[in-house]
Order: sequence, then C-alpha cells, then structure tokens
Amino acid sequence: MTTHLTDYAGPRITRVSWQLPLSVLLSAIVALFFIVAAIAPGVLATHDPFSTDLYRALQAPSWANWLGTDDIGRDLYSRIIWGTRQSLLIGIGAMVIALFGAVVLGFSAALGPRWLAEPVNRLLEILLAFPTLLLALLFVALLGPSASSLLISVGIGTAPGYARLVRAQALQVKQSGYVEAARALGHPWPRLFTQHIAPNVFRPLFSLVALGIGQSVVWASGLSFLGLGVVPPSPEWGALLEAGKINVTVAWWLEVLPGIAIVLVALSFTQIGRYIQQRAEGETR
Amino acid sequence: MSELMSSSPQNSTADVASVAAPRSRTASLLRRISLRIASALFVLWGTITVTFLVLSVLPGDRATILLNITSGQVIERTPAELAPINAQYGFDKPIVEQYLHYFWRLLHADFGFSFELQRPVVHIIAEQLLPTFTLAIAALLLAWIIAIPWTLLTAGRNRRLAAFGSAVETIMAGLPQYWIGILLLIVFAIGLRWFPVVGGTRLLGTVLPAITLAIPLAGFMGHAIRGEFERSMQQPFVLSARARGMSLAGVRLRHVLRHALIPAITLSGWAIGNLLSGAVLVEAVFARPGLGNVLVNAVSNKDFALVSGIVILISFLYIVINLVVDLIYLIVDPRLRGRP
Amino acid sequence: MSNNVIDVRGLNIWASSESGQPRHIVKNVSFALQRGQCLALVGESGSGKSVTARSLVGLAGDGLHVQADTLSLHGETLQQRSDSWWRKVRGSKVGFILQDALVSLDPLRPVGKEIAEALALHGWGNAASRQQKVQALLEEVGVPQAAYRASQRPGELSGGLRQRALIASAIALHPDVLIADEPTTALDVTVQAQVLEVLRQMLDRGTSVILISHDLAVVAKIADQILVMQGGSIVEAGSAQQVLQQPQHAYTQGLINAIPSEHTKGQRLSGSAPSVPIPSVTPSDEVLLEARHIMKRFRGHRAVDDVSFTLKRGETLGIVGESGSGKTTLSRIALALESPDSGEVLFAGQPWSHASAADQRAIRRQIAVVYQDPLSSFDPRWRVADILLDAIALDRQAPTQTPRERAISLLQAVGLGAEHLNQWPARMSGGQRQRVAIARAIATHPKVIVLDEAVSALDVTIQAQILDLLSDLQAQLGVSYLFISHDLGVIHHMSDRVLVMQNGQAVEQGAADEVFYRPRHPYTQTLLASLPRLAALETA
Repeated sequence: MTTHLTDYAGPRITRVSWQLPLSVLLSAIVALFFIVAAIAPGVLATHDPFSTDLYRALQAPSWANWLGTDDIGRDLYSRIIWGTRQSLLIGIGAMVIALFGAVVLGFSAALGPRWLAEPVNRLLEILLAFPTLLLALLFVALLGPSASSLLISVGIGTAPGYARLVRAQALQVKQSGYVEAARALGHPWPRLFTQHIAPNVFRPLFSLVALGIGQSVVWASGLSFLGLGVVPPSPEWGALLEAGKINVTVAWWLEVLPGIAIVLVALSFTQIGRYIQQRAEGETR
Repeated sequence: MSELMSSSPQNSTADVASVAAPRSRTASLLRRISLRIASALFVLWGTITVTFLVLSVLPGDRATILLNITSGQVIERTPAELAPINAQYGFDKPIVEQYLHYFWRLLHADFGFSFELQRPVVHIIAEQLLPTFTLAIAALLLAWIIAIPWTLLTAGRNRRLAAFGSAVETIMAGLPQYWIGILLLIVFAIGLRWFPVVGGTRLLGTVLPAITLAIPLAGFMGHAIRGEFERSMQQPFVLSARARGMSLAGVRLRHVLRHALIPAITLSGWAIGNLLSGAVLVEAVFARPGLGNVLVNAVSNKDFALVSGIVILISFLYIVINLVVDLIYLIVDPRLRGRP
Repeated sequence: MSNNVIDVRGLNIWASSESGQPRHIVKNVSFALQRGQCLALVGESGSGKSVTARSLVGLAGDGLHVQADTLSLHGETLQQRSDSWWRKVRGSKVGFILQDALVSLDPLRPVGKEIAEALALHGWGNAASRQQKVQALLEEVGVPQAAYRASQRPGELSGGLRQRALIASAIALHPDVLIADEPTTALDVTVQAQVLEVLRQMLDRGTSVILISHDLAVVAKIADQILVMQGGSIVEAGSAQQVLQQPQHAYTQGLINAIPSEHTKGQRLSGSAPSVPIPSVTPSDEVLLEARHIMKRFRGHRAVDDVSFTLKRGETLGIVGESGSGKTTLSRIALALESPDSGEVLFAGQPWSHASAADQRAIRRQIAVVYQDPLSSFDPRWRVADILLDAIALDRQAPTQTPRERAISLLQAVGLGAEHLNQWPARMSGGQRQRVAIARAIATHPKVIVLDEAVSALDVTIQAQILDLLSDLQAQLGVSYLFISHDLGVIHHMSDRVLVMQNGQAVEQGAADEVFYRPRHPYTQTLLASLPRLAALETA
C-alpha cells in the first residue's frame, strides 16, 4: 500500500564541492606517477634496468640503489619503473577485453530477444561457475605463457564477473519507471535504448573501468608470478616477483617491493574509480 | 475479562489464505529444490563442455606436443611416431566422438591419463585434494572470525569509526593474495621464525597460508556485512525493540547481527571458488603441496588431461557448494520462497 | 499531583544540521494526557509530531537536543535519565507502536518471539509462562489461532494480523500509556477499522493513548483531545469536538477542508483560486475507452477477472479497491502496457490492446499516465526541461509556440513557472514533482489520462492542491480521467462514475452517488462501513 512520502522542499543533495578528499588526491598522485613511469620510464629510473653488476648483487636498499639489487646486480627500482609499462598495458588491455565481453554478454542477456537472451544467460551461468583464476589458467594453457596470452586470459577470466554486473544494471534499467513512462508516451524501442537504457547502464561502468584496471594488474602479475605469464628477463612486476622467489630468505626486498608497486596501482585506481562513482551518483540524487 | 474482539465478519481473505494447505507449500518448495538441482547439473555439464572445447583447440598437433614434452625435445615428428599416440588418445577421431568419449569416461570418474606424470589423473587429484581443500576451509573460517568481530566493533556507531573500519576493509580486499603471503612469510617465518618456511601439511604450516587467503576474503565479507548491518540499524524494528526496553548493544547482537550475516552466507558460496583458486597462488608462495602446484605445472607443460581434470573438479566443488547454500536458503528463509 | 499521566510543558527540540546552525524542529510544545484519554497529535510531514512522541520514550534520535520545562510521566521527570532507567520504563510503563508491522517487527523472527522478548526483557516469568502469556495477548488483540500465529513470521501474516501482533508486543506488560505512531497508515480500510477497534478497547480498559496521525478522519474516531501541529508548533488544541467542528486556526480549517469526500464534490479543496477562468464543459456521450471482459492471469491466479467498463469524453471513472484487487493491473492493461489474456480494449472505437505495436504508438500520445511516484518515472539524468521537451516533441498538433515556450506554458498551467525548467526533479518537493508529471502528461494533448494512485503519497494539503489542479485541467481541456485509488474519499470527490474491485472482479459499477449512497454489493457495503468519516463526529 501507500507509504507516506515527505513533502520536504529542501535541497536533497549535499553540496558537492570541488575539493577532492585527501585519499583521492593521494591516489591521483600515485596513479600519475605510474602513468609517467609507463610513458617515459627514463625520466624516473636511476639505472639501466638490464645492466648487470655482479659485484653489487643482492644488495639491500641503499642510497646507491634505492630499492636494492637483484641476484645479478640489476637495480630493482629501475626495473620496477621500466616494468610499469608492460604491467599497466597488460592490465589496461585485459580490462578492454573484459569490458567488451561484459557489455556484449550483459546486454544480450538482459535486453536481447528471447532466442538470444536465454542461451547467453545459460552461457554466463556456466562461465561464472569457473573461479576467475581457473578460467584464465585454461586460456594460458591454451596459448602458452607470454604477455599477449596473459592479456587475453585475464581479460576472458574477468569478463564473466563484469558481465554479471552489466546484466544486473541493464535489467534494473529496463524495468525502471522511466523506461516504462517513455514507452507509455509512445517512443519506439530503438529510441528507448539510445535515450534511456544505454546511457543509464553505461553510467556506473565508468567507475568500473578504473576499478577493473587495478584488479587486472593484480591478476596478471599473479599469473606471471606463477611462471605462467611474462617470462624473465622482462621487468614486468609479476615476473620480478617470480624471479625473486628463490632468494627470498636473503633478499626480502626483491619480493616485497615489486608487490608494493602492484598494491599501489591497485589501490589508487580503485580509489579513483570509487570517487568517480560517487560523483556520478551524487549528480542527480 | 479480556473481551474478545471477535474477528469482524469481513475477515480479509488473506487471513484465510495464509493458513492454506501446507501441502501445497511443501509441493512448491520441492519443485523449487528440484529446479535448482537441475540447474546445477546443467551448469556442471556446461563447465565440462567448455573446458573440453577450450583444450581441444590447442594450437599445434596435440600428439606432437605430448611427445615433445615427455622427451624434452622440440622437433617435428614423423607420422609413424604420432600414430600410436593418436590411436591411444583418440586424437584422430572426429571431435564429437572425442567429446562423447571424454564425457563417458568422466561419468565413470575416469579423468584420463596424465602424460607428463604418467599416472591416472584421478589418483593425482585424490592425493592432492585434501591439503588444498582443508586450506580453503580453514581460510573461510578464519575470514569469518576476522570479519564479524571487526564489523561489530566498527559498524553502526559513529561515522569516523565506520569510515575507518570500511577503509581497512577496502585495503584488505584489494591486496593481492600472493603478496600478503610473501609478506607474512618474510615477517613471521623467516624473520621471527614462529612458523616453518616450508610447512608441508602440518597444522603449524597451514596457519600462514590460511591467513593469507583469509585476509582479502575478510575484507569482502566485512564490507558486505557492514553494509547490511548499517542498513538494518535504520530499520523500524530496531526502534520497536528499543521501545520494548532493549539496550542498543542487545539490539545489535540479537536482532541486527542476524540480518547482517545473510550476505556473508551468500558470499561464502562464492568464496569457496575464490579460495580454491587462490590456493593455487598461495601454495606457490609457501611451497605447500596441493592441487595448486600440480595445476601450475600442468599448465606449463600443457598436460591437458590434468589441467582439465583439476579445473572441472574445482568447478564441480564450487557448483555443489553454491547449490547447498542456495538450498539452505530456500528452506530456512521463508521470504525467499515467494520467488519462482 | 494532577490526574495527568503525561505532562509536557515548553518542549523544544533542536536537530543539528550540516550547515552548522541547529534546526528548531519542535517549538514550545505543551500538552497533558489524562488517564483513560486519547490524545491525538495531528500534522503533516515535517510538523514534528513523531519526534515529539519519541521524546516521550527517550528515543528522539541521535544528534537531537531535547529540552523542556516539564516532561514527566506519572509525575516523574523524563529528562536526563540514564539508559538503564529508560530500559526499565520502556515497554513496562510506556508502550510504543510504529506503523507498518512488516518492517516494525523483525522480519526474520516469529512474532511470538518478539512478543516474548518484551516480557523477557523485564524479567517476566519463565520460558513456559511467557509462551502462554504470548498466546493470551494475541487472543486479547483478536488474533485467531493464536498458538499457530505466534510461530509465524510477520511476512506470513496478513496486514491486519501483523499490526495486531505489533500492538500485542507493545502492550505485553500492560503499560498505562500507549503511544501509537501512524498505526493505521499503509493498511487497507477494512483493516484500519479493526486496528482502531483494538485501540478503542484499550482505552475502555483505562489505558491512556497518544495517537499520532496525519489522517483527521482516523483520529476523529477515537480521540478525545486533538492537537494540530504545523512546522513544529501547536497551532490548535482542544477537545475533538471543538477542533473538528469549530476550528480556530486557518491551518486546521485548511486541513479539514482539504479532505476529499462526498461532501466536497464539486468544490475546491485547497482554497486557492483557479489559475485560469473555468469554462464549463459537460461530458459528452462519445466513448473514448472501452474495456470488454478483460481477463489477466499472473502465475495461475486471476489478477483481473472478467472486468468491463467504458470511459466517455470529459468524465472521470474512479476505480477503487484495496491492495490485491487488481486495479493496478487493470490500469496497465488500459494503457496497453500489458496485454490481456482474453477480452480487449478499444480506444475511440479502434482496437487498442490488440493493435500492432506501431499502431499502438500512434495512439499512445492520446492516452497519458501519471504515476504514484513521479520521481521513478523521470530519467535520473534529465532535468525538468528535458522531460517536458521530450514529451512535447511527440505532440502532433500544429505548434503555435516554440517547444521551449510550450514547456513554459505547460509549467504555468500546472502552477509552476519558467524558473523550474532547469531544476533537477530530485531536488523538488513531492507536490512539485507531481505537477511536473502532470505537465508532461498534458503535453501531447491527450484525450485520456490514467492516474494511478497519483495523489496517494502526498500530504493532505498538497493532495488537495493537486486534486483541484486536476479538476481545473479537466474543465479546461476536456480530458477524461481514469482515476485509480484505494482512498474512497478521493474517489468520491473526483469521480462521476465508480468501479469497485475486489480480488480481480468488478463487484459494483455505477454513478458515484449511487455506489456510495446505495451500495448493493456486500463488499462495497463493508468498505463504506469501515471508512472513518469526519461526519460521524457531527452527529455525535
């Protein structure tokens, strides 16, 4: 039955100021740092990432080598900087693939005609029964370890999860009051889609992109860490972790510090993604 | 003395309906249960099929790959060499036939033969399943033990505390499992020597890996529990309970907690899949025996029989556990019975 | 000491707000409740009535500052009391009932447990004796099969039984005072009557009751004293008879006038002048909408069962029924948003429900709809201008103005102005939003407007304004209305003809006065008998 709404005539939105919260500001700075590292590593690196110096092998972090050296004397900091490009590109590429798959599957499952939606929904259920990593592993087994196979595998592995989100959002929009009101006005279906459904489904996706990049970097590095992704001597972060495994008892920095880079990217992108989402929602509610 | 307010002549029909034949309610419940089981079987079939399809599409002739891997040489093979392999594995038969054979053998719990390890896959899995599974369960329990008190402490009180609690959860959920494992290994095993570096499957050796897996999961669960907790605290029934004389602490514990646990239970089903696959990473960090290590090696070596066997098994476990969780819901929470 | 059970003098409550300046939400309220009396606090949203009541049990809310010269229960002050003191008093000396038992009782627990909890919290008896007491309490409030019902969860009970279980949990320890905050809102009319009956019985037994409601008619049934609140202050206080028949304050008078019923038919409710002079247009005989033997099933159960009606030009057909009667489904079929399983709907003699999608779209601009919740019918990305322009673009009449000019004149026609063009609907009040929805509805010069509970979620005075607006528009534009509502008073006020629905069937149909004054079907008769009316007090 009816509930009593308040007839409150005051402003419903707290003023959204242009001042960024501290966490978002920090995240933006961190993200920017890594983006610069990806585009122009030479600017930020201190050493040549590939030059070896066996006399300076396995050195702890010092003024000469900010983050220490590895087992054949390569500077860890520079390797991390130079590895940024590959790590980020794989993350972004994987996210692009995942998003594409998610949109195609999600929209078909939620909005397609019966003959399309039913099979896609069943397919989605099946794909969702695979834990993310396993699905990615299947494709790595298929394609062999390399940067591109990593990109594709992580993309395909994370796509079903995102597809589920897209599907849920698309269903919610499709059944919303404003879509029905537009239909009652007499708008044809194509116009309902372009004017109402698509824009309102895509809105929350923007924040998803930022979140997803962070997550993809984590997954991709994880696979490299297992030796199933990018192979050494590439300074991709996961590969760095994998290479450092052997010496973990004597050189903790080789294992911990590349991981911090991964964590920083993941957290900063996640934070930015959340902030975008809050802003987008705060706009009209 | 209590003069009955005799039910007014116009008793709402709904009153009568809700006392209606319990028989039909049980029938519809049974229907829903069987539908759910059928759906789970369908998904299981689907995972088997998808796995089979993906691995049948291996680039390069599979017999060649097999021979190369076992001999360690990467060379071209003559048809004479390939023929017996093809015959043994049935690679020369049409794909549909291969699929049916594969499926048939699966139904007999025959997961095939690992060419690399030269043993039936079923044996390999049986040996390694227990350590991985116990790790996953231990991690799940730990996650609950961490998440619930943390949320109870920090949710529904003042905003600062809630924001802090939430931030911690976000960070926990975002940390890569392998990195947490590395950190824990370095600090507690190598540094402080409280735990063995290579723990094997002993209890002490399981602690660090379990914590590693538990932390991100606790972040997710805490987030879900907190959301529901704070939502439920705003509900009118909280006010009703307080108006009866209940203290705030009592309300939190005896009313709201139950509501807040619901998403955590739902999440646990998903969590098992996440944990089983996370075990793969964690076993690598801690050099712990289990399905994870086996799987990683199998993937490197393109030992598709083993890969498909493990993937299918883990998915099967995941599907079964989710089915059980769903069925528990159907039986326990009557609010969900309204849905078809 | 006086015979006053509750004494309140000079009660002030402030709420902290984001701008830093505390808001004064309850201003200098004073009243006294005597033994065995029912005192009603009446007001619309934002009047401060709920907060006042909650301060009597110390649950005003976090961040609220409560201060009074006197605030006492049985002579004991209620201010500056510790939490443990309150825990002893709440439930045993004062009972509190909220609206909507579906969310006011823990949905996961059987109602028997909730009631027993009230007993256990105050150390009453042991587990076995509590169970018996629970049964006795449920029987007291009129719940049949008490033992069985006690084991059910709120969701499994009907609205009336739930509400009675809620009352049982509040009176478990037989407190002297009972505070009921909107206990009958969100209930069907027949159930409302039952709940009021329970409250009356408690009054007869000597319990004192404070009743909070926005509904004067409900209050009129059992209140001895009425206090009218507006904007945090009491604007009128006195015996029920006085306040309802000789109101002193303009607001009270406005509230009384705003209530639609058979007495107000043909009159304005809001006291405001019409925006444009009204020509008188008499309804013609042209049939615009015709429904023949509509049948619609949902999951095996008949939501609409063989319903037929006609709607002529310029007239208003009111469809009234309680929840689950099928009126909403019927309205959706009338809008061709759903298709009937059997039967058909014709628009101006042409096939409507069975027309092709393309043909339907051509007709759609002639049938408009206004929903109960306008906000959910607006695209969240759009401002008022976008919403109106989108509808204007569909209009087929030769434009004499630019679209923007037309949008402005639409806004003016519904009582808004050009300054509202750039607003976000989410930032407007409920009444303003509904006006925008109406403006959108008339943008395409429709012949029929379907109003689906369009005023049900509005405060009484706002509802009055919107109803007046709708009447004006009907006179100006000659539109026909299909007016769906559960509120009999509104239906009687607005409709020329009425259709009464129960369980999907049309049990009675005819001219409004016929149906309301000479109902033939027993269901209609019961419905009307349960209707709380102000008139009842006039004859007392």
